[in-house]
Amino acid sequence: MTKIYIPLDMAAVAMGADRLAAAVAKEAAARGQQVEIVRNGSRGMLWLEPLIEVETPAGRVGYGPAKVKDVASLFDAGFLTGGAHALSIGVVEEHPWMKRQNRVTFVRCGVIDPLSVADYEAHDGFKGLKRAFEIGSAAIIEEVAKSGLRGRGGAGFPTGIKWKTVADCAPGQKYVVVNADEGDSGTFADRMIMEGDPLSLIEGMAICGYAIGASKGYVYLRSEYPVVAKVFQAAIEKARDAGWLGQNIKGSGFDFDVELRIGAGAYVCGEETSLLESLEGKRGIVRAKPPLPAHVGLFGKPTVVNNVLSMATVPMILEKGAKHYADLGVGRSRGTMPLQIAGNVKFGGLFETDFGIPLGTIVNDIAGGTRTGRPVKAVQVGGPLGAYVPVSLFDLPFDYEAFAAKDSLIGHGGLVVFDDTIDMLWMARFGMEFCSIESCGKCTPCRIGSTRGVETIDKIRNGQDVEKNIELLKDLCHTMKFGSLCALGGFAPYPVESALRHFPEDFRKSALEAAE
Amino acid sequence: MAGAAQYSDERAREIIAAHMGLEGPALPILHALQAEFGYVPDSAVKEMATALNISRAEMHGVVTFYHDFHSAPHGRHTLKICRAESCQSMGAEKQANDFLARQKLEWHQTTPDGSLTVEPVYCLGLCAHSPAALYDGEPIGQVDAATLDEIVAEAKGE
Ligand SMILES: Cc1cc2nc3c(=O)[nH]c(=O)nc-3n(C[C@H](O)[C@H](O)[C@H](O)COP(=O)(O)O)c2cc1C
Ligand code: SF4
Ligand code: FES
Repeated sequence: MTKIYIPLDMAAVAMGADRLAAAVAKEAAARGQQVEIVRNGSRGMLWLEPLIEVETPAGRVGYGPAKVKDVASLFDAGFLTGGAHALSIGVVEEHPWMKRQNRVTFVRCGVIDPLSVADYEAHDGFKGLKRAFEIGSAAIIEEVAKSGLRGRGGAGFPTGIKWKTVADCAPGQKYVVVNADEGDSGTFADRMIMEGDPLSLIEGMAICGYAIGASKGYVYLRSEYPVVAKVFQAAIEKARDAGWLGQNIKGSGFDFDVELRIGAGAYVCGEETSLLESLEGKRGIVRAKPPLPAHVGLFGKPTVVNNVLSMATVPMILEKGAKHYADLGVGRSRGTMPLQIAGNVKFGGLFETDFGIPLGTIVNDIAGGTRTGRPVKAVQVGGPLGAYVPVSLFDLPFDYEAFAAKDSLIGHGGLVVFDDTIDMLWMARFGMEFCSIESCGKCTPCRIGSTRGVETIDKIRNGQDVEKNIELLKDLCHTMKFGSLCALGGFAPYPVESALRHFPEDFRKSALEAAE
Repeated sequence: MAGAAQYSDERAREIIAAHMGLEGPALPILHALQAEFGYVPDSAVKEMATALNISRAEMHGVVTFYHDFHSAPHGRHTLKICRAESCQSMGAEKQANDFLARQKLEWHQTTPDGSLTVEPVYCLGLCAHSPAALYDGEPIGQVDAATLDEIVAEAKGE
């Protein structure tokens, strides 16, 4: 019996993984070959998806990107024993793109069968929770705090402090809420964990619940991820069947359960208070802070709201100890960052590395430059509310503070690369338009400002009073930045201002054309 | 959606009742109603307001806040085309506009025969395979003009 891995990851499916798996099964049957097909997560080498891996004595040998039409020739080439084929990438672990990484949060992703509790346990799964049961609430929170883990949802808030605030609230009903809204363009790390290693998220939630005294956890997943919903729901059931969720987990006396909830296509519901309103069944309108969700959260109860990656990293911190994690990274950016490399690149995918790697290395070296082969013009880092960074800033090290010092942000670690055909005036307009479509409507600078922003940019495009309107646009950005209640309105100026700052010529093209 | 059920107040009440044990049941109910009937009819909104003991205006406010819920039937199939930044970096905006022009449609519109509704979507998490789309829940990477046209043909043929 040969073990074959074909990802169930949504990106792999989008490139034909389901059809490929069916074709491999059919061809094996026709040839009388005994195979077991495991639907794993993605290794993150997304340009190779769908990537077939075959277990051989030498290790797992990869073939990709494999299409249905390649199946017969793969069998002919003896891929079941690692035979040579044009699509072969050799032993996957030895691939240079894999070897350069430091996989911590993603260590099991793509390796294990995501829906096998036994496989998860065989790869150190649930060791963190077991240790949590041994050391108790205060010591768990201390480990998380000492690890230096900062929220991966964008703001980088220390996870340990958040947990301690909730743990210190009077006992009673409390909640663990996982933010799986992942609305940012260029981000897919949450999705990949939930498909490739969902039990790590479930384990992290249980550890959090135990530490803060909560018996119920919710995962709020965006509706744009239908494949994830299926996989994660199945994972919850597997965990429950194996006694890792439910009453008296493994004789610890601790009760904890997880429920999956699906959002309804509103970007702002990624903001934590809007997310809570939505979970409660209301319109996803942002709440004013304070009170913090840690004090008054879901249904008015103390609540930890954490991003998927923050939560899924916790089991490893508990298992290996705070120091192990804190020793990675630079400055106040501890640990690793799962970079999501997207847009116009040759080698798009998920690359987990210690903080501090220069932006230019990521774009030119790891991502291999643009897919179109044209020169890079800009990289938008940190989603639709992130700044456009020009090539002149490519020596910027990837860490929270270094980016902030250049009026940029790293957010959730997504990078979208653009070649020189991109019109930055158009992208600035799109940023404003996105804000106007997704604004929750609570405050004027965001609701009205974004609409005025689109109008003003349109005037600039039409060559109307260009300099005057650029000043007006800057003024609007200033008002939105300092007058908005949440970061949707508050950060929407980042793409616009950075476009203006680094690519001023794109805003003056129409005036030039008119003058010619 | 293909095979949507005919609306009845009685069936709506059943669906609502099945979710009343949840904390904050509104979104799960709305998803279930839309899965069953293909849209969220006003009568169902009225039933929900009664069951959840809130005003109809408030319930209406919830339904209209979310992009996913619609109050009138859509086409039998739905094509969501990504127009967020990563897909734009690979020419999605022009590709989508050309496609809409070929089909004589605008965003959110349905083909005259009722077979297909085209909607914009802002990132599907498939950004390493931009441009991307979602057809009746099936993800598609590196979409090109030919694929989009095939989808229309397939939707019409069913
Ligand atoms: C408009 C907006 C959208 C957001 N979207 C997300 C999101 O999709 N996922 C996420 O984890 N955090 C998102 N955040 C940040 C959350 O509000 C919050 O900071 C985060 O979930 C906290 O988790 P962490 O401490 O683990 O990062 C968003 C914030 C804003 C203002
Ligand atoms: S900034 Fe925009 S999204 Fe945030 S609270 Fe104000 S209106 Fe709502
Ligand atoms: S931006 Fe289109 S899939 Fe992410």
